[in-house]
Amino acid sequence: MDHLDKLESKSVHLLREAYAAFDNLCMLWSIGKDSTVLLWLARKAFYGHVPFPLVHIDTHYKIPEMIAYRDRLAMEYGLYMVYGENREALEAGNTFPDGKVNRVECCRLLKTEALTHTLNGTWPRYRLNLKTGKYEPDTNTAAYTGVIVGARSDEEGSRSKERYFSPRDKNNDWDLDDQPPEFWNQFKTDFAPGTHVRIHPLLDWTELNIWEYIEREKIPTVSLYYNQGDGCRYRSLGCAPCTGPIRSESRTPAEIIRELKTGALASIAERSGRAQDAEDGGGLETLRRNGYM
Amino acid sequence: MIQEECLSIVTVGHVDHGKSTVIGRLLADADALPDGKLEAIRENCRRNSKPFEYAFLLDALKNEQAQGITIDTARCFFQSGKRRYIIIDAPGHIEFLKNMVTGASRAEAALMVIDAARGVEENTRRHGYFLSMLGIRQVAVLINKMDLVDRSQRVFEDIRAEFEAFLAKINIRPAAFIPVSGMEGDNIAVRSDKMPWYEGPTVLEQMDAFAPIPPAEQLPLRMPVQGVYKFTQNNDSRRIIAGTLESGSVRAGDGIVFYPSGKRTTVKTLEVFNAETPERFVAGQAAGFTMTEQIFVRRGEVACRQDEQPPCVGVRLRANLFWLGRQPLSADRRYHFKCGTAKVEMRLEQIERIVNASNLSCQLRQYVEKNEVAECILRLERPVAFDLAGGVDATSRFVIVDGYEIAGGGIITEALEEYDFDTRNIRWSGDAMTADERARLGGHKGLVVWMTGLSGAGKTTVAQETERRLAAQGVHTYILDGDKLRRGLCRDLGFSDGDRAENIRRVAETANLFRDAGVVTIVTLISPFAASRNAARRTIGGDFMEVYVRASLEACIRRDPKNLYRRALSGGISSFTGIDSPYEAPENPDLILDTELWSEEECVETLTDAILARLKDETIRI
Repeated sequence: MDHLDKLESKSVHLLREAYAAFDNLCMLWSIGKDSTVLLWLARKAFYGHVPFPLVHIDTHYKIPEMIAYRDRLAMEYGLYMVYGENREALEAGNTFPDGKVNRVECCRLLKTEALTHTLNGTWPRYRLNLKTGKYEPDTNTAAYTGVIVGARSDEEGSRSKERYFSPRDKNNDWDLDDQPPEFWNQFKTDFAPGTHVRIHPLLDWTELNIWEYIEREKIPTVSLYYNQGDGCRYRSLGCAPCTGPIRSESRTPAEIIRELKTGALASIAERSGRAQDAEDGGGLETLRRNGYM
Repeated sequence: MIQEECLSIVTVGHVDHGKSTVIGRLLADADALPDGKLEAIRENCRRNSKPFEYAFLLDALKNEQAQGITIDTARCFFQSGKRRYIIIDAPGHIEFLKNMVTGASRAEAALMVIDAARGVEENTRRHGYFLSMLGIRQVAVLINKMDLVDRSQRVFEDIRAEFEAFLAKINIRPAAFIPVSGMEGDNIAVRSDKMPWYEGPTVLEQMDAFAPIPPAEQLPLRMPVQGVYKFTQNNDSRRIIAGTLESGSVRAGDGIVFYPSGKRTTVKTLEVFNAETPERFVAGQAAGFTMTEQIFVRRGEVACRQDEQPPCVGVRLRANLFWLGRQPLSADRRYHFKCGTAKVEMRLEQIERIVNASNLSCQLRQYVEKNEVAECILRLERPVAFDLAGGVDATSRFVIVDGYEIAGGGIITEALEEYDFDTRNIRWSGDAMTADERARLGGHKGLVVWMTGLSGAGKTTVAQETERRLAAQGVHTYILDGDKLRRGLCRDLGFSDGDRAENIRRVAETANLFRDAGVVTIVTLISPFAASRNAARRTIGGDFMEVYVRASLEACIRRDPKNLYRRALSGGISSFTGIDSPYEAPENPDLILDTELWSEEECVETLTDAILARLKDETIRI
């Protein structure tokens, strides 16, 4: 087994544990490279099937290619595809930059709020009808008790403190200072009513591992990650107004791997193209404590 | 060529022995810090007039992603000339033991840091013990701050001898003892020329010499079943047994036994997605296979090979465990036991000893407190398949869940028989409240005083007066009278031998409940058959006292307080003890009261004294 085989086996093991432990399980799919690898690993774990809903929080500010790619893959794989949104904030114009709030507030409303209410089922969920290709209100409105997330520990400081199975309380909060012990491949699969558990199968993966795996498995990814001829590509994907590309010539996963290995990006943080991180004084940790992915 | 593989190393040791300084120095000397970081911290120290310390590097890098290096209290990534590392900085303080356990269990090797000037301290030993329990077998001991002891070989050798002896007791044989100075950089990444007497590796060399733990491919197959998948979408008709191979290997055609059920089948196909079907699956792989016979198996079973050594199967086991829960581990709570993918209800049956992890001394107590280590007997609600420590790691380790939280973990050292002689009483003591707690509340334990003898021998008379005497002494008592019970609980029973045995069984069970409630229960029952009385003794266990109230048949016929003998002799009652049904006198009773030889007063006094002696003798039995 090489290092990718080991990472893959560990992630598959975690996904199967999550599937066994939670009745109402879902997986967050941001359409980015990490959660797309996660989706692929789920198909590995369950032999081509994905036996739980994929949940996307649609801010309606996503780069259009992302949504087209999402729906194409969902149809092709036969996914139980669900999206949620903050309809109220969108209608009231509490958005950035065309609305009344700043970047961080926009993020809080369109992502964190929308996520909280979509997960606990208090706001509508829309499910893709695989026959018509249209989204319809989902009949499952129960709170998800297990939420699979593609966080990696090397991504950003606060994420290196995460457990594989990480409890969130009734307010979606993460108690960093009093986390449960986790050892010997035994995980927190018991939880009080009203709380839920986040599952992090990619915790041990690095950005390089993700690209190596995409290359090895030939996983389809959004074209935005690659230089289309203008010397730019996205390294991390988010909303159009707050996500900028980096200068890079890489046109394929193999070229991105080479770029990462040579250290050409070593002095640039992976999420440096994400403007909300810089603006939020506490970094991602403040957003994450409140449920941001 | 740098290896792709990443090795996890945990650093442990007593607080203030210099772990952070050693790691800071390692990062600096191995050139693994972001550009300018060291200079910036030196400058900051100069401006604030404090002496520079390498430990500041760790603090400065916490919660921060700085050009590819992320450090926080938990993990720090760095790279040597040979491979990548994750260094897990385990907290040295006992309050963070659960984080130390979480961190250390993810590591493949450990660096233990000891202050040369202070020697081995409490948490040095405690961490050593926990590393041993967690199964970390690659350990190097760094004797730090050698600059404070004049780089003395003598000091180094003394600490080494002391700690090596301790570690040997807990089965840790360190790969190296290294004299270092985090402050001065001696033998961390660079060999020191100030300790020419030391010829072993530097810390970095020793780290590079550690190896990733190879999967246990040579051991027997153990694949805890995670799930049985049958997804019908797209007409998929496969039924796949899925799980991760913790040890061994498996290929198509292998005969399989699932434990604990013992069901047998043969592997039909190995299953993968988006990959070529392998010839076999080996330890470490997340796997799946189909079977030739569609037997019913479920999560929690362990797939094993028919041609290899089977695991243990049982409901009782002896274990070495550590406790991290806020609430102590005790016999009066229900827990869940998780081993492999099995999860069953569990109770603590007995604590054999509590080990002080820092000096290995032992004590006996009825609960295990947070951060303690103990040897215990655990009882499971349903059978589970497991291995013993020293065999397959994953199936010999377990965790205990208290409520919603993982509160402890341990390793299984022995499989035990389901019952031992005292098992019924052990079960009772596992109730919400223990017998000992009730004894403390009531001032004495429960006891069954079983008075047997012919009708008219004087059982009821003696019992009633004894009860009054005991009550005067503050003893809680109750008389279970055979006649009374026959009017209620046992009114469906007659006097055939079978009905009499059943009558006595019910009385014994009822008496046992009263005893468990903490009451001195006096049973007055002819109970003529030795076998029935012996059965009652087995039901009730140790707190049972057989009292033979003796009087000759002639004396009883003469007394005949209830006119029963007269009716029996005239044929009005059949199967009457002594007349047309035998009485088997006890061969070895705890007490004999002869109501022909002794006065009523003498009998009452003797019985009262005997009962009080039993209560005083062993008021609380541990």
